[in-house]
Amino acid sequence: MKPNIKIPDFSHTAVVDQVGIEERASRFTKRSIKNETKMNGLLLALNMIDLTTLEGKDTVGKVKQLCTKAMHLHKAYPGLPTVAAVCVYPSMVGVAKKALGDSGVKVASVSTAFPSGQAPTQVKIDDTKYAVENGADEIDMVISRGKFLQGEYNFVFDEIALIKEICGDARLKVILETGELGTYDRVRKASDIAMYAGADFIKTSTGKISPAATMPVTLVMLEAIRDFYYKTGKKIAMKPAGGISKAKLALHYLVMLNEVLGEDWMNNEWFRFGASSLANDLLMQIMKQKTGIYQSSNYFSID
Amino acid sequence: MAKDDKKDNTLKLKFDSARNLAPAPESKSIAKIKPQYELFINGSFVKPESGKYFDTINPATEEKLSQVAEASPADVDKAIKSAKSAYQKVWSKMPGKERAKYIFRISRMIQEKAREFAVVESLDGGKPIRESRDFDVPTAANHFFYYAGWADKLNYAFPTKTPRPVGVASQIIPWNFPLLMAAWKIAPALATGNTVVLKSAETTPLTALMLAELIQEADLPPGVVNIITGAGETGAAMVSHPDTDKIAFTGSTDVGKIIQKAVASTHKKVTLELGGKAANIIFDDAPLDQAVEGVINGIFFNQGHVCCAGSRLYVQESVYDIVLRKLKDRLETLIVGDPLDKNTDIGAINSRGQLETIQKYLKIGVQEGGEIYQSSCPLPKKGFFCSPTLFTNVSQSSRIAQEEIFGPVLSILTFRTEDEVIEKANNTPYGLSAGVWTDKGSKIFNMTTKLRAGVVWANTFNKFDPTSPFGGFKESGFGREGGLHGLMPYLHLD
Repeated sequence: MKPNIKIPDFSHTAVVDQVGIEERASRFTKRSIKNETKMNGLLLALNMIDLTTLEGKDTVGKVKQLCTKAMHLHKAYPGLPTVAAVCVYPSMVGVAKKALGDSGVKVASVSTAFPSGQAPTQVKIDDTKYAVENGADEIDMVISRGKFLQGEYNFVFDEIALIKEICGDARLKVILETGELGTYDRVRKASDIAMYAGADFIKTSTGKISPAATMPVTLVMLEAIRDFYYKTGKKIAMKPAGGISKAKLALHYLVMLNEVLGEDWMNNEWFRFGASSLANDLLMQIMKQKTGIYQSSNYFSID
Repeated sequence: MAKDDKKDNTLKLKFDSARNLAPAPESKSIAKIKPQYELFINGSFVKPESGKYFDTINPATEEKLSQVAEASPADVDKAIKSAKSAYQKVWSKMPGKERAKYIFRISRMIQEKAREFAVVESLDGGKPIRESRDFDVPTAANHFFYYAGWADKLNYAFPTKTPRPVGVASQIIPWNFPLLMAAWKIAPALATGNTVVLKSAETTPLTALMLAELIQEADLPPGVVNIITGAGETGAAMVSHPDTDKIAFTGSTDVGKIIQKAVASTHKKVTLELGGKAANIIFDDAPLDQAVEGVINGIFFNQGHVCCAGSRLYVQESVYDIVLRKLKDRLETLIVGDPLDKNTDIGAINSRGQLETIQKYLKIGVQEGGEIYQSSCPLPKKGFFCSPTLFTNVSQSSRIAQEEIFGPVLSILTFRTEDEVIEKANNTPYGLSAGVWTDKGSKIFNMTTKLRAGVVWANTFNKFDPTSPFGGFKESGFGREGGLHGLMPYLHLD
């Protein structure tokens, strides 16, 4: 965080009108994306994916296979971009790092007692340190929603700032778990806290709670990013995660991103999709655009 | 394509700037526009006595779409006489339950032909297909649905009264929402047992004539609804005709005043829905992004051709800079272009005459010292188009803050306190609508009781529903359309 950024009073953050934000979000879905715009959007969305496996049953084998998929999305279409990153638990960071080699695909690791965040601070520090030391390029931390809902905003802020320090060069994604926050006003407040505390990304969800990412909730966060940029000149990245599994929906998100934050954000440095099944739907649509026909799902690998 | 840099696999691929999406046009072929339209009188299409026709064009291309009959006073007389005869012989005697069946049928048929209506509305009037498809046509069908439901319940709508129909309603509608305004006028008239002569606007006759075809197909008794076309002279003949019992007019305040003079000391009932210069008020505690969105939709909806458009924006000084910045950013994402493209936000100005009026006001605004800001979106080379425009450095004394422009032009003013903005907002001869943006409920209620406007929206703008009455204060007119109130002008209640 730059020292010249003035920390605001988080008990008075901007308010969000529920009806208005949902209406605006649905307006983006009215855009009709065709032809070359569609193809560009599909490739871009593919390149923005954090290909994710976060399960108790994750194994070395599973993670290795996922990394192969990340680097070689669809051999039938030479020259396709890779996904942005592979997202795993800290215990699998080393495996993913080795498997991905110098492909340019980054390794993201969840941390801070993901997904609940209900652990002592020292555990969260150790969790994050472990991931960074094993080579994680990005850390996806969760905020303490319990503390947030108790009104202990300073605790939440300090925790984020602390983890940011431990991240070093790794970029920090802060998961708000919007499905547990309940209102758009609180999503907005949590976004502001995370950005001022040093988040590089703000991220909607763990994927373990329903609802996960929705367009209105993402819009609230994009507008928070825009206001933060207006105030400080500093760009923050955005990651909706969970629930985005169809290409058409991903294109709606890109339309929204484009119209709220503009072209500067339209790449995987500043926007990600946290998803696992989205990639194959995008690939299916890309092949449809290229060949004019839909291919069976059997033609697309499922690592 | 992807860069081959091993360390950086970030695809710097342009999705395309917000306004530069690949074309996504709605198909024109669904619209079956005839080369010539006649007058719909007494259940059939008849040639005008005058033998005269005038062209209707597509304002986005300036190409002729069709030609329509010009109704002379003799044609008006024929139409009103047939309406009177249908009123006396059929419609006033028919039980409400039976009338309702016809009205329900009309609304269902509009839904069935929704796509065709939407395309023709956009071709003839210049409004974006997104709006005609998602707003004009469905809302028109809803008005018929809603009033069909009242037809057999009028005694319950006005308990202790004996509602009786008025007779022949002469209805004159504007060019900004041609089909929707026809629905607003025809539906309550039919539900209450009146018969109708409706004149559509000169520049946008086609959807009303399609509605005439639909009404013929729906087998409404001849003469119950007559739809004629023409200009000011035709309207004047309707107003002055001795068999006109009720006049419903939507249009300019100037013409509204002429009508009111013309009906003085006659038995004719009148409702007028006229111009506006609505204040849209943003307080510093408002949800600013949603307020900005509401302001954008408030002024740029239908190219600003909306009588209740939020054309005066009042921003509390403490949030003026940020609101202005957000407005400018949002302005840049609006797509101006082909009305038939599904991605178009702002379509064509309705006519050359209206475009000239708007351009005149842009000049006046600059001469008065206003600072003009326009979107950089390129305009199509052909057709009547106007960039969405913001004016800052505007005061109450500026003409662009006083007079109705009826185009995509927003005048931005500032205020300091609630009392000040109430005074300023009410400081206009108009009083059709207003908008208030604040997070505080008590402030909303305080404002709504003090703003002299027929409709006050809170934390939203330009929302319409058949169940909600709409109409003006002061020189914005009188009488209400929509809702239970919309029945009253078509009834004798005693």
